[in-house]
Amino acid sequence: MFSAPGVARPVYREIVDVLGDLKTVDIRTRFDQLGRTFAERGVTFAFGGEERPFPLDLIPRIIAASEWSLLSAGIQQRVKALEAFLDDVYGLGECLDDGLIPRHVVTSSPHFRRASTGIVPRFAPRITVSGVDIIRDEDGNLRVLEDNVRIPSGISYVIENRRAMTQSFGSLFTNYRVHPVDEYPARLLRALRLSAPEGVRDPTVVVLTPGVHNAAYFEHVLLARLMGVELVEGSDLVVVGNKVNMRTTQGERPVHVVYRRVDDEWLDPLHFRPDSVVGVAGLVNAARAKTVTIANAIGNGVADDKLIYTYVPDLIRYFLNEEPLLANVESYRLDEVAALHEVLEHLERYVVKPVDGSGGHGIVIGPQADEETLVDLRATLLANPRGYIAQRTVALSTVPTFVDDQLLARHVDLRPFAINDGKEVWVLPGGLTRVALPQGALVVNSSRGGGSKDTWVLADVVPAHPTSPTDAEPSAALDVAPLQEQRGARQFGPGPQSGSDQ
Amino acid sequence: MNRGMLARLAELIYWTGRYVERADDTSRIVDAYIHRISEDPFGDADVTCRSLFATLGMGVDATSRVTIETVLDRLVFDPESPSAITGAMLAAFENARRVREVISSEMWVCLNATRNELNAQRVESFRVGPASYLKFIRERSALFAGLTDATISHDETWWYLVLGRSLERIDMTARLLQGRLLAAEHSPDWLTLLRAAGAMESYLRSSVRRSDPEAIAAFLLLDREFPRSAYHSLAVADHCLDQLTKASTHLDIVNEARRTIHTTQTRLEYMDANALLKNLAEILKLLETTSATANDQITSSYFRQVVATTWMSEVGT
Repeated sequence: MFSAPGVARPVYREIVDVLGDLKTVDIRTRFDQLGRTFAERGVTFAFGGEERPFPLDLIPRIIAASEWSLLSAGIQQRVKALEAFLDDVYGLGECLDDGLIPRHVVTSSPHFRRASTGIVPRFAPRITVSGVDIIRDEDGNLRVLEDNVRIPSGISYVIENRRAMTQSFGSLFTNYRVHPVDEYPARLLRALRLSAPEGVRDPTVVVLTPGVHNAAYFEHVLLARLMGVELVEGSDLVVVGNKVNMRTTQGERPVHVVYRRVDDEWLDPLHFRPDSVVGVAGLVNAARAKTVTIANAIGNGVADDKLIYTYVPDLIRYFLNEEPLLANVESYRLDEVAALHEVLEHLERYVVKPVDGSGGHGIVIGPQADEETLVDLRATLLANPRGYIAQRTVALSTVPTFVDDQLLARHVDLRPFAINDGKEVWVLPGGLTRVALPQGALVVNSSRGGGSKDTWVLADVVPAHPTSPTDAEPSAALDVAPLQEQRGARQFGPGPQSGSDQ
Repeated sequence: MNRGMLARLAELIYWTGRYVERADDTSRIVDAYIHRISEDPFGDADVTCRSLFATLGMGVDATSRVTIETVLDRLVFDPESPSAITGAMLAAFENARRVREVISSEMWVCLNATRNELNAQRVESFRVGPASYLKFIRERSALFAGLTDATISHDETWWYLVLGRSLERIDMTARLLQGRLLAAEHSPDWLTLLRAAGAMESYLRSSVRRSDPEAIAAFLLLDREFPRSAYHSLAVADHCLDQLTKASTHLDIVNEARRTIHTTQTRLEYMDANALLKNLAEILKLLETTSATANDQITSSYFRQVVATTWMSEVGT
């Protein structure tokens, strides 16, 4: 938000003006109202076994139209390249034959699934839903921090944050033309239906959740509800003769597309972990038999392996014959001896991440780590260099955030969500801005004490008399005749005058 | 309505209905007993409390004294036991949490907000007495019932909720009267029972002009119009099962549960109200087994139909 210390970027000027007019106590009141709304609606995530509301900050993150179009094109490009890469890895393997990526790097990825080889989804993309994490570096450039193409989560907060903001801070929207985010569920449903197996005219789509104890359960519920499809658990599905059915009160009903929010390794006890009780026995075989589509596809984790990440710019050039629009953060492949030695030499300068991690777990930030952590890390890296990458420590950009009744600078990142329907990649104009609430903290994951902000992508045309886009409720489209012409006089029961004896 | 809902969801919804009703009814019964104890300082609280535990089908330590505190600990505030009021509310919440996508947001927010407030209400009740907590539970149950009726389509989901509510009500109305059989002189008197069932005013307005035990028992068991009477609850359960069977495309479902409910309903319908007290034990037993048997039959015909995975040879790559 600040282009230089204390100087707000131009797009934030209106917000600063509006908030400047409010008293601290008024801001506090609305901030508390946001918190209460979330607690009552149960917008929570599981934090160490406890349900907590996901803190929403009241200052939105604002992205100008011009910047968004670059970002959106960069994400589309990246998703297309990763899609082509996955198709190749689980198919012909040409990029491996051509030596673009060493074969052992792919096969040693913890998320490379041999079971997925040979499942060729003819109509379906492998990456139906993706969440590419974006940061802004010290020079103001947007960079990709990591790719998430397995089961990226966070879209529910994007939707709920917007709903809460329009309710509590509607006045902030009046001076901006903000893209709505409520199109997402319909887009997702459309993409899932398009990915149905060949010959199914009216496919049944379900959302598969590990269950109520999953940290993202709230999101699974919200998506199922907004798409109008069933939310199923593994025990609701049964595979009969390579066909997937769900158990209903009136017998079994066929299922054609499974939007699964269960990790690969728990998905099918026959192929992966045999002790999984949240999976469906026989699901992988049904996918092979092409009676059901699993979205996202099995084995996508090889594409968001953080070592593969270092090759993505090359993948874009190789598969798309284009220059990457979004740069990576400078990274070091620790399975290359020279890089490993350089990093070990100056561990305190780098951020070191496990290649298959998520949720911020296992990340060591060199400049903030104590000596003991670095000693342990050195041993870990020497023992398993394939398991980690190192990145330059980026001072993430900051946005003012309401902490302890003041506006303080806090670091943020951004996760835009993209949906691939097999023909085109659509990027939701908005996304999840996560903010690290402790001062100076660089890890923004909710499981590490992060909060979030509503993210506003501005439309490029500003009308002469700006109106809030949230006024355009669906009901406004209905043809409503003027009240006095349509309505007769209202009816009333016997009042005191009718039975009165005065 | 003709496609069937997920069996797991149907079961959770049915139990959400049951647990909210149980929290409501238990708070009514406990309220009546506490009223009885405080009204009669010379009575034996130990015996009264024991009869309350027996009424609710719960064992209690035979050697130590049972007091109001025991009742509050185990029947009111115990968060673990679904037979206690707090536990039943929490169980309803846990069930509802897993069916959020099929009930209305308002119903969910109602149970979530109730759960969030349970502790504050408990602390408040230490200051002003347990009646405030019991009243809170009854009000939240009423709110939930109102939202159930007004904020979701009266489709399969709704019928399962109402079915659960009705079966629980049959069981709890029988238990409410049970106390009169177990330890009549230590249990709430007939008028208190009427009040506990929220039936006092309806009873007084009904055509009955007597206040003898026979007439009160007849009202709570046989009245055609009072929504908490056993007969009325049976009729509602019967109607729910009728609707659910109609919704079914599987004509081969033999509706055993409906036969169970309907048989008992018919027996009550033609029962001689004047011989009611003489046969009270038998009738209460009948209601108890009807509720339990119907529950098992509903579970096996709607929620737990057995489907086995069948295997095919693996598709080659």
